[in-house]
Amino acid sequence: MTAQTLSPNLIIGLVLTNVIAAAAVLSLIWTPYDPTTIVVEQRLLAPSLEHWFGTDHFGRDVFSMVLQGARNSIAVALIAVGVGIFFGVPLGLWAAARQGHLADEIISRANDLVFAFPALLLAILITAIAGASATNAILAIGLFNIPVFARLTRGSALSLWSRDYVLAARVAGKGTIAISRDHILPNIANLLIVQGTIQFALGILAEAALSYVGLGTQPPDPSWGRMLAESQTFVALAPWLAIFPGAAIVITVLGLNLLGDGLRDLLDPKMRADR
Amino acid sequence: MALLDVRDLAVRIGDTQILKSISLSVVPGEILGIVGESGSGKSMTLLSAMRLLPHDAAMSGRIVLDNDDLTAKSERDMCAVRGARMGMIFQEPMTALNPVQTIGHQVAEMFTLHRRLSAREALTAAAAHLTKVGLPPDRIPHDRYPHELSGGQRQRVVIAIATALAPPLILADEPTTALDVTTQAAIIDLLKTMARREGAGLVFVTHDLALIAGLADRIAIMKSGEIVEEGAAPAIFRTLQHPYSRALRAAATLPPRWRATPLQPGAPVAEARDVKVTYAARGLRRSPGVNAVDGISFTLAPGEIVGIVGESGSGKSTLARAILGIQPIAAGNVQIAGADIRTARGPALRDIRQRIQVVFQDPYGSLNPRHRVETTVAEPLNLLDRAPTRTERRARVEDVLKRVGLTPADADKYPHQFSGGQRQRIAIARALILEPQIIVLDEAVSALDVSIRAQIIELLKDLSDRLGLAYLFITHDLAVVRALADRVLVMQAGKIVEEGPVAQVFAAPQHPHTKELIAASPDLETAIAMHEKAKP
Amino acid sequence: MVTYLLQRLLSLGLTLVVATAVIFVVLNVVPGDPASYMMGLNADPQALAQLRQEMGLNDPAWQRYFVWLGNLATGDLGLSYTYRVPVTELIGERLGVSLPLTLMATALSLIIAIPLGVMAAARRGKITDAAIVGATQLGIAIPNFWFALLLVFVFATTLRWFSAGGFPGWDEGPSALQALILPAIALALPQAAILTRITRSSLLETLSEDFIRTARAKGLSEAQTLRRHALRNAMIPVLTILGLQFTFLLAGAIIVENVFYLPGLGRLVLQAITQRDLIVVQGVVVVLVAVAVAVTFLVEIAYMLADPRVRTQRQ
Repeated sequence: MTAQTLSPNLIIGLVLTNVIAAAAVLSLIWTPYDPTTIVVEQRLLAPSLEHWFGTDHFGRDVFSMVLQGARNSIAVALIAVGVGIFFGVPLGLWAAARQGHLADEIISRANDLVFAFPALLLAILITAIAGASATNAILAIGLFNIPVFARLTRGSALSLWSRDYVLAARVAGKGTIAISRDHILPNIANLLIVQGTIQFALGILAEAALSYVGLGTQPPDPSWGRMLAESQTFVALAPWLAIFPGAAIVITVLGLNLLGDGLRDLLDPKMRADR
Repeated sequence: MALLDVRDLAVRIGDTQILKSISLSVVPGEILGIVGESGSGKSMTLLSAMRLLPHDAAMSGRIVLDNDDLTAKSERDMCAVRGARMGMIFQEPMTALNPVQTIGHQVAEMFTLHRRLSAREALTAAAAHLTKVGLPPDRIPHDRYPHELSGGQRQRVVIAIATALAPPLILADEPTTALDVTTQAAIIDLLKTMARREGAGLVFVTHDLALIAGLADRIAIMKSGEIVEEGAAPAIFRTLQHPYSRALRAAATLPPRWRATPLQPGAPVAEARDVKVTYAARGLRRSPGVNAVDGISFTLAPGEIVGIVGESGSGKSTLARAILGIQPIAAGNVQIAGADIRTARGPALRDIRQRIQVVFQDPYGSLNPRHRVETTVAEPLNLLDRAPTRTERRARVEDVLKRVGLTPADADKYPHQFSGGQRQRIAIARALILEPQIIVLDEAVSALDVSIRAQIIELLKDLSDRLGLAYLFITHDLAVVRALADRVLVMQAGKIVEEGPVAQVFAAPQHPHTKELIAASPDLETAIAMHEKAKP
Repeated sequence: MVTYLLQRLLSLGLTLVVATAVIFVVLNVVPGDPASYMMGLNADPQALAQLRQEMGLNDPAWQRYFVWLGNLATGDLGLSYTYRVPVTELIGERLGVSLPLTLMATALSLIIAIPLGVMAAARRGKITDAAIVGATQLGIAIPNFWFALLLVFVFATTLRWFSAGGFPGWDEGPSALQALILPAIALALPQAAILTRITRSSLLETLSEDFIRTARAKGLSEAQTLRRHALRNAMIPVLTILGLQFTFLLAGAIIVENVFYLPGLGRLVLQAITQRDLIVVQGVVVVLVAVAVAVTFLVEIAYMLADPRVRTQRQ
């Protein structure tokens, strides 16, 4: 890899996402304080050497909460992306291989249907009957990710199916599954990786929004979105309560988006010598 | 006195020297042909004259139009020159027009921009001018959008734009390369008429030596950013000095096919009977489909080379796919070595597929960019009943690569490491690896430069002779058919309108469409001969 | 073209019907007995029986669905269990806040995004471009509700230019509009960032097309080429994204309303979830899905108006 291929986007993106990932991993083994312990006499302390990010209205250490919040946010968003890829990509490949047939039509219509329900609406529906939880947030965001990946896969696979090398593979007797595996998937993998980082970033935002309105991660598990909701009443008194979790979200999403852009520049076939 | 005078033009983009010291001139009423293969810098020469080079290009030298030094002009002054004193026509009529503006408006813009006419006056002037280029409003309403026109009609619109203000100089960059030969002839005629009418100078850039031989007053041959030879046509062809020019000329004149030993008769390796392929209109409403292939029958003898000729949309590629069994057939049947490809399943189908393989047109699109050459070439081995071991596979790949003129080490490379001609060799290797009886070649040499084209044709001939391979050669290019095929089928609108031995069909075509095709296809020797007769 | 539009209308109508079925199954069939779910474990059996009667729960599910669908068609979304008023009335009132908010945000994001996107594309690779692209990266990363919190902190709590929240009602005129300004800005910011990027990249792509070279060869200056030939072509993908984003904006409004204590759909539906008022939840979700589908249709019409190729294709 030369210096030219390592764009600033990629470097900054890698640094930011690694910082957040490190925070999440660190929180598994160590946090300065127990993020769930309530110490009433230490409530609403401003940031200091003891409490880097200050304390909240229950006297909990905000730094510890932000660390552990990273873990929850990343887990929810990552699993949701996984759900989207696991179901969406095969569906998209299948639809493209059966272009114009019934299966394609049904998959496309089902995509339209799910697209009419933004993740928030799905979360509202699910929470209304099953109660709020991190699992339901995953389900809602993941369900929304399925048509995203299915559409992307179908669209790019369709253009590949008319390529001469795919026709040559058919003349060489390869079936739908073998062609999808050997020719289609490797050529759309880059696109999926880039979209994956974008959906990851959107998942972080969606999880924060859901937790903010109480539809996501539930107490006592710390979550950036819920910390922001709780900070609202004290924002005039203790602005750090709103600033640190918010900044954590921005850094994560920014890092992932920059990483996605950097990866696209790196992997984009248009930038490569092979065409 | 020169209308356009280019002195020591050099262009560099980054570290690449695109043009090195180009000098040329055009006098009023003269047609200058610039010939070269892809990458020779011929298009860049035109863009330099227009001062429309990419932003990162560095240019030096002088370009003088009518005593007016263009290199000294500001961008603002250049805007007044472009279009008004110098019109340009591009290669790709499909993308050269704004898709969301009517053709009338796109021509009218020339008049509002340079002549300060009102919108209404400009539209009237545009209508008159479009009529001059063969698009009268009663035939082609001028409120149509580009996508509603054929390629030839779009190119007429582009010509209308370039000639709207009767500029003294017209620059044409491969204006007919994307068109069918019969359309090409009409467009060339139009260009000549438009230039001659106003006594304009015309610079015509092309890769096609035969085309330019019949058109230009003077010819410049370009290679790697330099003019290697220049002179008045047609005399220049008799006196070519530079080895590159000679090679180019040799490659452009393909010798006709001549078989030393006649074909051994035998049971046909492929037979099509009354094949019909229908493209169903999609959507909820069932509308009757279009017959892309409309009742075609032919046979292919062992070792025989049959050329299928037709213009775009004649159904020739669809026919190729039907014969390969990757396009459903609506009626009729295709038999490969006596087995029906429509009903064959499982081992029987695998057996058929081992007998018939394919090479496509685009050497870039026909190889998966993410596979090594070995994987690509070995792909048909998938049809064998017993999968070969790694060593067997490697040996077969290396063997077939050597046969097509590549080296065993090439098996480990990726497609982007090869040139277009080499890629086409890889595609041929893939088709050969199972030692089939038939190879379908779908425009297999059309995307190649002439010198490469001659080499690939030589390779194909040689392979057929040595291995007894039969080819179904699909092309729009009559010269290639004559150089390679034993027999020719001429297709039009999904039907075969004429068939017979190549020599016979070319010498005495019967069907009007065949006659039209032959008349419109430029042939270098004929063009030179005719040119010499006209200008003794 | 009209036939195509009618076909699409039919198809989208069908999508809507399927969507209602999904909503109905999730909220009315999956919980088993919705009435006892709504009233909780310690419900008075008599009140429960009355609610079951009111909701028609004694009938089979498919029958209830068609009754509900029939009522939907006449604009009757049922009676709220907690508020004891027709849900249609409730939603109508709340849409009066959410819809203007969303529209304001859409307009605002367009006003910001298009000039910025065009400027960035026109100065590609220069410092202006880099600054705009950097700003959009940040804009996309900022959650709208957090931005809303910061706006409240700066402009309401500290500077006291705006009230921190609440909505005086449309009767108050200007002050009602003023109450929507900060929420609209909060909603518009990430949207504007996305649209700026789309505008920029779409314009750059258009500028590399062959017909742009034709326009330059005609003698148009770069600025004229941009204005007369590139812009309209480049706006076509922007339109698609705008349509897609409208639904997200509406959903975003639900969240942002919470920060400003605005009595919009968001507050309504979130309270309804806490109070287990499934009838209200059902009504709000149906309305939002209907809006999403309607916007899809509007985008298709706009698409056909903008692109003659699409018009021909769909003849």
